[in-house]
Amino acid sequence: MEFAELIKTPRVDNVVLHRPFYPAVEGTLCLTGHHLILSSRQDNTEELWLLHSNIDAIDKRFVGSLGTIIIKCKDFRIIQLDIPGMEECLNIASSIEALSTLDSVTLMYPFFYRPMFEVIEDGWHSFLPEQEFELYSSATSEWRLSYVNKEFAVCPSYPPIVIVPKSVDDEALRKVAAFRHGGRFPVLSYYHKKNGMVIMRSGQPLTGTNGRRCKEDEKLINATLRAGKRGYIIDTRSLNVAQQARAKGGGFEQEAHYPQWRRIHKSIERYHVLQESLIKLVEACNEQTHNMDRWLGKLEASNWLTHIKEILTTACLAAQCIDREGASVLIHGTEGTDSTLQVTSLAQIILEPRSRTIRGFEALIEREWLQAGHPFQQRCAQSAYCNSKQKWEAPVFLLFLDCVWQILRQFPCSFEFNEHFLIMLFEHAYASQFGTFLGNNESERCKLKLQQKTMSLWSWVNRPSELSKFTNPLFEANNLVIWPSVAPQSLHLWEGIFLRWSRSSKYLDEAYEEMVNIIEYNKELQAKVNILRRQLAELETDDGLRESP
Amino acid sequence: MEHIRTPKVENVRLVDRVSCKKAALGTLYLTATHVIFVENSPDTRKETWILHSQISTIEKQATTATGCPLLIRCKNFQIVQLVIPQERDCHDVYISLMRLARPVKYEELYCFSFNPKLDKEEREQGWLLIDLSEEYERMGLPDNYWQLSDVNRDYRVCDSYPTDLYVPKSATAHIIVGSSKFRSRRRFPALSYYCKESHASICRSSQPLSGFSARCLEDEQMLQAIRKANPGSDFIYVVDTRPKLNAMANRAAGKGYENEDNYSNIKFQFIGIENIHVMRNSLQKMLEVCELKSPSMSDFLWGLENSGWLRHIKAIMDAGIFIAKAVSEEGASVLVHCSDGWDRTAQVCSVASLLLDPYYRTVKGFMVLIEKDWIAFGHKFNHRYGNLDGDPKEISPVIDQFIECVWQLTELFPCAFEFNERFLIHIQHHVYSCQFGNFLCNSQKERRELKIQERTYSLWSHLWKNRADYLNPLFRADHSQMQGSLHLPTAPCNFTYKFWSGMYNRFEKGLHPRQSVTDYLMAVKEESQQLEEELEALQGRLEKIQEVHFNGTKVKGKHSEPSKPSGFSTSDNSTANTPQDYSGNMKSFPSRSPSQGDEDSALILTQDNLKSSDPDLSVNSDQESGVEDLSCRSPSGGEHAPSEDSGKDRDSDEAVFLTA
Repeated sequence: MEFAELIKTPRVDNVVLHRPFYPAVEGTLCLTGHHLILSSRQDNTEELWLLHSNIDAIDKRFVGSLGTIIIKCKDFRIIQLDIPGMEECLNIASSIEALSTLDSVTLMYPFFYRPMFEVIEDGWHSFLPEQEFELYSSATSEWRLSYVNKEFAVCPSYPPIVIVPKSVDDEALRKVAAFRHGGRFPVLSYYHKKNGMVIMRSGQPLTGTNGRRCKEDEKLINATLRAGKRGYIIDTRSLNVAQQARAKGGGFEQEAHYPQWRRIHKSIERYHVLQESLIKLVEACNEQTHNMDRWLGKLEASNWLTHIKEILTTACLAAQCIDREGASVLIHGTEGTDSTLQVTSLAQIILEPRSRTIRGFEALIEREWLQAGHPFQQRCAQSAYCNSKQKWEAPVFLLFLDCVWQILRQFPCSFEFNEHFLIMLFEHAYASQFGTFLGNNESERCKLKLQQKTMSLWSWVNRPSELSKFTNPLFEANNLVIWPSVAPQSLHLWEGIFLRWSRSSKYLDEAYEEMVNIIEYNKELQAKVNILRRQLAELETDDGLRESP
Repeated sequence: MEHIRTPKVENVRLVDRVSCKKAALGTLYLTATHVIFVENSPDTRKETWILHSQISTIEKQATTATGCPLLIRCKNFQIVQLVIPQERDCHDVYISLMRLARPVKYEELYCFSFNPKLDKEEREQGWLLIDLSEEYERMGLPDNYWQLSDVNRDYRVCDSYPTDLYVPKSATAHIIVGSSKFRSRRRFPALSYYCKESHASICRSSQPLSGFSARCLEDEQMLQAIRKANPGSDFIYVVDTRPKLNAMANRAAGKGYENEDNYSNIKFQFIGIENIHVMRNSLQKMLEVCELKSPSMSDFLWGLENSGWLRHIKAIMDAGIFIAKAVSEEGASVLVHCSDGWDRTAQVCSVASLLLDPYYRTVKGFMVLIEKDWIAFGHKFNHRYGNLDGDPKEISPVIDQFIECVWQLTELFPCAFEFNERFLIHIQHHVYSCQFGNFLCNSQKERRELKIQERTYSLWSHLWKNRADYLNPLFRADHSQMQGSLHLPTAPCNFTYKFWSGMYNRFEKGLHPRQSVTDYLMAVKEESQQLEEELEALQGRLEKIQEVHFNGTKVKGKHSEPSKPSGFSTSDNSTANTPQDYSGNMKSFPSRSPSQGDEDSALILTQDNLKSSDPDLSVNSDQESGVEDLSCRSPSGGEHAPSEDSGKDRDSDEAVFLTA
């Protein structure tokens, strides 16, 4: 067994654990292949049970023979372990370091995890593309399922099944794929039943410096327009960045070749800019100074809320084109796997009531993030404490969840799920016992045989006992489009994520409980009243029957 | 009336600050008390009412092709921009408002003409609602250590203090008068809050006239008396709420602070809260940030930081927390002062009391607190809030800051307060509105001379009558957050205090959450109450029928247990076999669809002929139903609201899309 080689000291006694909101506790530290466990001897209960894959960075210090390991987690928690004995401490530290940065995906915990719960519904089959398509096919016959990517040959980051205009055949799709970054030809992301307008997404067109064009590409996206209608192309890069992309073979749609489309450039940041933003923000949140002013300055300097505002604004813009302008939209950036997906998925939250339900939101994540090929494994490999500055890491998905939280905060009664649901998704995207967020796209997931070898997150979440934790008691179905405000006054720091470990949520939790009580009590009363009404009605009809003959 | 140059101007446009395109055409009226704008649009006839006393500044801007713009900024943070077609009319309106907004006599103020159609008796009853002698009784006074002093009868010792004051029993009139001579404006140490369990007290005063070396035996005896009135502690804290530098500068003017060597057993402490001028400028800076059109996130956060506003809020909270801890944890008494002891001292004493005593976190208790620490102790409402035309340097948002501190606490302790945000906002509104007599003048003496209680109405009874609108649904008297002191985290973190958009951007509805959890939960609670009543009625009927059956036929075996309608018991097994069909026959209950909730609650007040008394609400009652239309602040940053935009031109839209 490989792990045994990495674990030099599997067990140390008299380790003291310090962590937020709990008194320090002394116990025995155990290392297993996937967990760091600290159990206190006093009451023989597990005090800490931490996945190695949740560990973002560790620091070690020594004072005499007492070693201290500071563990910084991907969920931003910071834990301190005081370990007597220098050798033990060094051994533990190097083991943690090795175990938390395993190279091979197949060594990750999801491949070893054996669920202790009964699977009611296999999450791997909860959101099949065919089923999702059925929701549209009742409303329109202009679209079809294409299996052109069945072997992942046309586009390695697309799923085997995609939705495309009916009038475009697979041969044309292949040609378009050759003209789009990463083979990501335009596919349907969302169909707005109210007016038949659509959101499509793709990679950038490969126009290059000499303005290459592709007739099939033009034909494909024009096929989505109604006669005499124009559409919008939202490029998530600034014009400047898009122009620079031409030098590297990329580019954007030229007006001359796409006369029916109006192009709008927005500027959503990517990659290391976002990662640095996260690092600065978490640093500011962890700082326990008393200086109010510096805090606002640091919050500002992190630029996190600026990104939130930019992403939300672009999503609102897309939704506005669809619902208010009655125009279809094509969205892309460079690859079409990051900012593009933030925008397409948030636009759906705004436009589509179903995506504000638990099931609908899960389907959205499955469709717009997992199947759409957001490279979770690369993006979520490290979090706010890593120093490695890898090019591929970026909190793209966390920004999306934060934007959803912002909308939830503005429309507290319009979402079936609550904040805990979003926090749970954040945690599992970075470290999980489930296979859902492993791999970078469907092709990789297929090769890893995740469906056979791991458990789906949805299998666990969608059990009634779990769902109850994630259900928003205030929810009342709202079939309207919800337009969030993107003014700075309306955008807030997501305390549930970023201040989770630096301020106690005791009083807020109590308020939440009280809210649940108020609503539960009301439901109870309604049920009682209904029963009595029915009994009365029965008695009264009985009377009527008895008296009438 | 003589100040109104033109009572009515037609074809005036009210510019929506959020979306520049939607200017409403209407007629502007000037009355003796209000500026009223009535929209021409026959469907809405929307009215915007602005009290003259709310007007802070009027700005005439450069005439444009469309007319002459007039910008009115209000003390309740409303900003109204009008465009008047004729320059001459605009000038007349401007000149009239300049005068109307700056009354020179109390008699010109709205409260002397405001008539809520109550008879004399009701008005008198209204003034009796809040009674400070009851409050001192509630605190357990008088007792063995404290007594009511008549030394300030007819305001003989201190004209800015109330007549009824509690002082230590051992403080003789000689000591009090002696001490008063050694204190700025003769504001001698008097009791503000008393904890009868521990005998620890919060006393307040102004600064001592110590200069560099002056002493006063009586003043030293006075502090001694305060210490002795608390047998549980052998020292008292003396908290000077000013920055140390300011206090030292005062020494040169013969004022200053207590020298620890001269007073026995005091622990002296500075807590740096800035003076009224700094606070006025800070608010001004913050409001400029709130007024920015489509600010970026950086503009906003930098502006907020540079205004220093939240730092000042934190300073006040820190002082309150320090005092509350001294009283609750150390059982020590505290004497608080600043310079004159009527601004920072009022803020800090009331914040500390609020932290210490759950009573002040109730609707009634909060009124009592303001009555005691602000109104009775001579906070200079007239000067600070510019009710009458006066020195602009005297104006400062002192009570605004206190109200914000309370809001910050309600955010930190959501279950601890009986009242909601709306209550705080309405109190702030009425501090400036001059619609009720409570906040008039600078002292109790002036109010008595003006015979305020005989000539005006009390805000407290007005709020009390409408208290259903001001309740926090999460509040439960038996909740843990309601027991005893509120404990803030020992190391209050930098991010504890937040920008209050509900106050400073309160008229920009698009910025706020579209659905109000408070209103929703209030509606649920109201429905529950009705259900309880119905349940009882149904049970009664059922029992009767069953009795008939029982007597008649002895068939029907199934009888309902007389379950208690109140209480949270789920033990009643009848709930278990209920089919999920609640929705069908519930029509008789108030709708609480979240998409309408916002509007319903606003209507509660506006409908009952209170339009003039809560004009801030009537302004907002124009909201169209449905979340969608209420929506937005446009995604492109506020230039363009996507509602009602069917007829707009393409080009400008695109310009909007492309700007940000």
